[in-house]
Amino acid sequence: MTTTTTETTERVGLMMSGVTLLHADGENEVRALDDVSLTVRPGEFVAVVGPSGSGKSSLLAVAGGLIKPDAGRVQVGDADLVTASKRDLATIRRTQIGFVFQSANLLPALTAIDQLRLPLTLGRVAEPRDPMQMLEEVGMADRADRRPHQLSGGERQRVGIARALMTRPRLLLVDEPTAALDSKRSQEVVALLAREAHKHGVATVMVTHDRDVLHHCDRVLQMTDGKLAPSTKSEGRTIAGGGSARLSRVF
Amino acid sequence: MFFALRELSFARGRFALMGSVVALIAVLMVLLSGLSVGLVNDGVSGLKKLPVSSFAFEAGVDESAAFTRSMVEIDKAEMWVDVPGVADAAPFGLTLVNTRTDRGVDIDLALFGVELDSWLLPTAATGSDLSGPGQILLAGTLADEGVAIGDVVVVDQIDKELEVVGFVDGQHTFGHVDVGYVDLSTWQEIRAGARPGDEVPNHVYRWVTAIAVLNEGDAEPDVAAADEMAGTTTMTLEESFGASPGYTAEVMTVQMIQWFLYAISALVVGAFFTVVAIQRRQEIAVMRAMGASTGYLLRDSITQSVILLVVATAVGLGIGLALGAGLSATEMPFALYPSAVAAASAFLVLLGLVGAAFGVLRVTRVDPLTALGASR
Repeated sequence: MTTTTTETTERVGLMMSGVTLLHADGENEVRALDDVSLTVRPGEFVAVVGPSGSGKSSLLAVAGGLIKPDAGRVQVGDADLVTASKRDLATIRRTQIGFVFQSANLLPALTAIDQLRLPLTLGRVAEPRDPMQMLEEVGMADRADRRPHQLSGGERQRVGIARALMTRPRLLLVDEPTAALDSKRSQEVVALLAREAHKHGVATVMVTHDRDVLHHCDRVLQMTDGKLAPSTKSEGRTIAGGGSARLSRVF
Repeated sequence: MFFALRELSFARGRFALMGSVVALIAVLMVLLSGLSVGLVNDGVSGLKKLPVSSFAFEAGVDESAAFTRSMVEIDKAEMWVDVPGVADAAPFGLTLVNTRTDRGVDIDLALFGVELDSWLLPTAATGSDLSGPGQILLAGTLADEGVAIGDVVVVDQIDKELEVVGFVDGQHTFGHVDVGYVDLSTWQEIRAGARPGDEVPNHVYRWVTAIAVLNEGDAEPDVAAADEMAGTTTMTLEESFGASPGYTAEVMTVQMIQWFLYAISALVVGAFFTVVAIQRRQEIAVMRAMGASTGYLLRDSITQSVILLVVATAVGLGIGLALGAGLSATEMPFALYPSAVAAASAFLVLLGLVGAAFGVLRVTRVDPLTALGASR
C-alpha cells in the first residue's frame, strides 16, 4: 500500500480532492470552490475556462498555497498544502510551484536575465536551471539585458514563463497569460507553455478566458459557480475528465 | 541584497532625491553640532580649564547667576580645606569688566581673581606668570586681537591699570568674554570700584565670589554637611556652567533644534519608505507568491534604507565638515569635535532606520494573493 502511494505521488503533479472554499459576500457565504477534485499528471497541460467570478482564480490560489481551503485535500508532489504552516507554504511555493501571472508581473527594476535569477536568490534551490539557457529556450536570449518596459507584451510573458520554470517546479500555475496579448502572440505564448510543460514534465494548470488557445491543451475543464466539470465542447487535444476522478479515488 | 541593489540603481533618481534631503539634514546637523560646541566653549571654556571639582558659593544664592551675585567670606576656604575628601580649597573671584588697552583696543574681560600662590593660577604659555598686584595674565586668543605683552589694560570708570605680563594657552572665556587672571587683592579692589590712590577699607579684602574646591582623586566629599558647616551652597564645576550668562538658554535652544532635526529626519525617511512600500505592493505580492519569506523581504528593504542613510549621511558629513572648516576661521563660535559629530551622525542614521522600519514593515502585510488577477 505504501509503495502504491509513493508511486502515485511521483506520477502526480497536483492532486486536489473535495476542495471547498467559502467566501463571505456581504452577509451571505459564497462557495468559491464547491467540492472540487482535480488531478494533474506531470507534463499534463490542463486549461480551466469559465466566466468571471466562477472560481477560476480561487482554484489557482488554493492550488498555489496562497489560501487554505475550508475542506478537502491539496497536494503538490508529496507536499500537503492543507497541513503546512505559513512558513512551509512559502518554501513549497518557492521550490515546487511556478506562477505565470497576468501581464507577466515582472519586476520593473530587473533586466530579463535578472528576472530569472531572482527565484534562485530567494532561498536554496536543489537543481536550479541556468538562466541564460532558459532565456534561449523561450527565444529571449538577445533581450537578456532589457528591462520590462523595453519588452513587448509577448516578450514579457515569455520571460515570465522562463522565470516560473527556473527552480524546476512540479506544478506550473498560469493566470490568464493572454489577457494583454493580440491573437498571434496569444497563440505563440500558449504554444510555448504547452511545449515547456511537456518538455520539462511539469503539471500545468492554466486559467483562461481565451477559447482560441485551448487546442494547445491536453485537457479542458469548465468552471461554473465553483464547480469543476469536463468541458462539454470539443476543445483541447483530448477530452478527458475521468482520469482525475480515478486517481483521486486512489488517495 | 540582490533586489535591493538593483532597485537602488534602477530608481536612482527617486533615491537620490531622498538621499539629498538626508544629506542636507546631515549638513545642518554638523553645523549645529559645531555651533553647540562653539557656544559651550565660548560660554565656559575658562571654567572648564580650571582644575576645580566644585565651587562653594554664598548660601542660598540664585544658581543661574551665582558667579555674579555670590559673595563668600575668604576664611571659608580654610573650613573647606578640612572637609574629608577635599584635597585643597582656595578663594576665587570673578567679575566682568570693560577695559581698553593703552594702544586703544577695547576688550571686555572676565577677571578671575586668584591668590598668587594658589593652585588655581595657570602658567603662562608666552610671557611670564602672574607675580604681583597690578599685573594681568590674558587668554591666548587676545594675542590675535592686537594685545601684546607689555601693554597696559585700563579698567573703564575706575582707571585701574593692569600690565599684561603673559598669555595662557588657547581659548579661555566666560559668558562669551575673554578671561584675564589677576591677583586676588587687585581683583577685590576692582570689584569694590576703588580708584588708584583711594583708601580701600579692610572689609573689601574679606570677600570673594566663591571658594574653589578640589577633591582628592575620586573622593566624593559630603557636600551637604560641608555646606551646612561652612554656610555655603556648592555646585560641581559642570553645574556651575549654568551660572554663566546665557549658557543654559543657548545650549537648550541649540539642543532643541537638534532634536527637531532628528525627528524631522526620522519622519521624512519613514514617509519616504512608506510611499515606496505602497508603490511596490504589487512587486512584493509577486515575490511573496514566488515564495520569498518575510525575512528575505525585510532584509532586502532594510538593506536599501541602510545604504541610503549611510551614503547620504556620509555625503552630508563631508559637505558639513568642509563648511565647518570655513566657519571655524570666522568670528562665529564654532568648534567641531570628531566624537560629537560621529555620535550625531550615528544617531541620524539610527533614527532614520527607525523611521524606515515603519515603512518597511508594510511589506509584511502584503497579501501574495494580490499577485493574481488583473494588475498593471
